[in-house]
Amino acid sequence: MRSERVFTCIICPNGCNITTVLEDGVVVEVKGHTCPRGEEYVRQEVLDPRRTIASTVRIEGAALPLCSVRLDRPIPKKDIFRVMEQIDGITLRAPVKIGQIVIENVCGLDSDVIVTKNMEAVE
Amino acid sequence: MAAAVALRNQGITDILIVEREKQLGGILRQCIHDGFGLKRFGQTLSGPEYSQRFIDEAEQMQIETLTNATVIDLSEEKIVTIATRDGLRQIQARAVILAMGCRERTRGALAIPGTRPSGIYNAGVAQSYINLFNTMVGREVIIMGSGDIGMIMARRMTLEGAKVKAVFEVLPYPSGLPRNIEQCLNDYGIPLYLRHSVVKIHGTERITGVTVVEVDERMQPIAGTEKEFSCDTLVLSVGLIPENELSIAAGVELDNRTKGAYVDEFCQTSVPGIFAAGNVLHVHDLVDFVSLEAEALANGAVRYLKEGTLPACDIELVASAQLGHIIPQHISGTQDFQLSMRVRKPMGRCRVIVKQGDTVLRRVTLPKAIPAEMIQFTVKADAIVSGERIEVSVNEI
Repeated sequence: MRSERVFTCIICPNGCNITTVLEDGVVVEVKGHTCPRGEEYVRQEVLDPRRTIASTVRIEGAALPLCSVRLDRPIPKKDIFRVMEQIDGITLRAPVKIGQIVIENVCGLDSDVIVTKNMEAVE
Repeated sequence: MAAAVALRNQGITDILIVEREKQLGGILRQCIHDGFGLKRFGQTLSGPEYSQRFIDEAEQMQIETLTNATVIDLSEEKIVTIATRDGLRQIQARAVILAMGCRERTRGALAIPGTRPSGIYNAGVAQSYINLFNTMVGREVIIMGSGDIGMIMARRMTLEGAKVKAVFEVLPYPSGLPRNIEQCLNDYGIPLYLRHSVVKIHGTERITGVTVVEVDERMQPIAGTEKEFSCDTLVLSVGLIPENELSIAAGVELDNRTKGAYVDEFCQTSVPGIFAAGNVLHVHDLVDFVSLEAEALANGAVRYLKEGTLPACDIELVASAQLGHIIPQHISGTQDFQLSMRVRKPMGRCRVIVKQGDTVLRRVTLPKAIPAEMIQFTVKADAIVSGERIEVSVNEI
């Protein structure tokens, strides 16, 4: 069976409309992309859509009550809320540095939750 | 910060960054989502990570910064008056770079009728509550306006357990970028209604709901299309306005279309030695372009500091009706310059033409153009034929 799906690429702000042509669930053609990353994105998106997410965790001993975090690699879309629950359980202690790992291999999804903000310890 | 680092790199040592907040980084501190830095650093970063790169550079270069300090006045003579924790300070600057960014358009500016309950937030305010101060703004949310911050907050609030019911946009096209419609709304099944407006707010203490109506081509409500939606929170993402109170105080002339300063190719305003870059000059969709604009500005600022003046910029640039605005508004004609613009309405395949009299200086073909996306390209100085004014137009082809 042959089918077409159009995607809005989310890789960069250009937001290209990219069409994938599938035959029996296999991508046979990609049209409308303007860069290789766009093609890579839709090939992934059509079979296994993934996202990186950003959120915050509680932090003690810093100037603000929250520290921002994100995933360092995209995870399956369907697992986003499962990962959010894990993130919700974390409380950090200042100081923290950008890149510091908060949860390693979150939910076994081969992605780490990392700190995205330097926060100093305050009295 | 980008301008300061670039100035330092060009040998300017006596630089002061004045910041109203406790920390450097501006709005990026609360923009925890990723997608920043693709153009400037070739990788995708969150807002705090992006700004930290500049903070680190500024620190390494020992650029002086003054935080918790509000510039309360700027004069035409470039005397900067700053309210600091240690009292009032006045500094005579030789050059000033305006980088105050934008403010959000508010409910007041839209004059939405109804009561005045709590639970109505600008998107950026909701963002600061949720991302900086650990305060959830509500549970059942309606978003008015399809600006990028509104859509990003729709996703953020959904991740934090709120039910975002819908985004309503009065225009027939979205104000934000297509990638945000995809990853912030479509990913979470949040509907976007175009040609819809919130016409009434309900509730006495806390907002309890809104009345939404469809609008026609002239943005007038269509009778009989009213629908009520219950909500405990209304988030407004209805546009940004460059923050130019200080510019006005200094006598800087503003452009009615950009709401920012009228500038030349050096990003110099109508007051010699006062420059502007970033969102205070014109609203950008990407922080990368803000940094790049500020870095480019450094060349002109250094030249001004060294020579005491910049070349006269007597060649006027005018934009056709299809373009919302154009930056710069006048140039010297002595060097290549970068043009920035936005279309007023979405266009398919189109061509931007830069003309001086009958001579075409530059022609750029685009597969599509949308108001949410800034168009930028360079025009070569050797293409310029005279001192006559330059016209920029765009047409679908």
